[in-house]
Amino acid sequence: MRDAFDLALIRATENGLPLTRDPYGDIARALGRDRVDVIARMRALLDAGAIRRIGVIPNHYALGVVANGMSVWDVADEAVDEVGARIGALDFVSHCYRRPRHLPEWRYNLFAMAHGRTREDVLAKVEAIAALIGPALSAHDVLFSTRILKKTGLRLRAPAAEGRG
Amino acid sequence: MIALADADRAIINGLQGGFPISERPFAEAAATLGMGEDELIARVKALVAAGAISRFGPLWNSEEMGGAVCLAAMAVPRARYETVAAQVNAHPEIAHNYERAHALNMWFVISALDPAKIGATARAIEAETGLDVKLMPKEQEFFVGFRVEV
Repeated sequence: MRDAFDLALIRATENGLPLTRDPYGDIARALGRDRVDVIARMRALLDAGAIRRIGVIPNHYALGVVANGMSVWDVADEAVDEVGARIGALDFVSHCYRRPRHLPEWRYNLFAMAHGRTREDVLAKVEAIAALIGPALSAHDVLFSTRILKKTGLRLRAPAAEGRG
Repeated sequence: MIALADADRAIINGLQGGFPISERPFAEAAATLGMGEDELIARVKALVAAGAISRFGPLWNSEEMGGAVCLAAMAVPRARYETVAAQVNAHPEIAHNYERAHALNMWFVISALDPAKIGATARAIEAETGLDVKLMPKEQEFFVGFRVEV
């Protein structure tokens, strides 16, 4: 559950930190708080995983990492969480989730978004994932996007979301 | 593709995480990169301005932004594809929608403040299109080590 201070910090930083010598102090002053409070709360949010990391958020398209494929994996249920943890740690995977199967049409229970400079690069990385999984793997596929039908940015929603728990 | 100086590469490769939460974080980060505090700040500003980096700061877990999200997929007959895409996209709860090369050929993300709205939106799309919407909620999220090497 996030309180008003957390939400104020999200709003103050969702487009980035102030690029100044004292970014946390500048945020504190803008919010009418003390720098020590901002620092303590940001550290707690990082430790809790609410902040995944702090630093450069690359524009991977501008940097030439323009291809991506949604790789999907049918992994033995008893192995999927251990396998997922290893796949997520790869530096070319941006999302990694266990999701429900929809048998018989959809047998895959693990999703990993793989990024590369070309489609061939992505396919080679998908094969590297297959090798990593080993015998727990029954089948896999990679779904490339052929068209963006809609894309809107992630927006901060009203604090009413707070009660979601 | 954007041309980068060696110092810019060092910033992008070395600072995709681990930025300090402290009184003078740029001074600390600059020391590990072998440059000065003001140089690091100036280079980060220039990289943002050039579009090489989207922003500099915390990457928030999207669930912290409020509300619920769910991936969904449909198998849409080719002849009706554009019509169905328009029907799906008309829902404000649809944030992203992609055509993908598979029998399940339309993949979209439903997001809503109220988690109950996820299922309600899926059922509304099913009623409008007569097609099955397969909800694929995340059951487990794995730590992601994604970083771009330049």
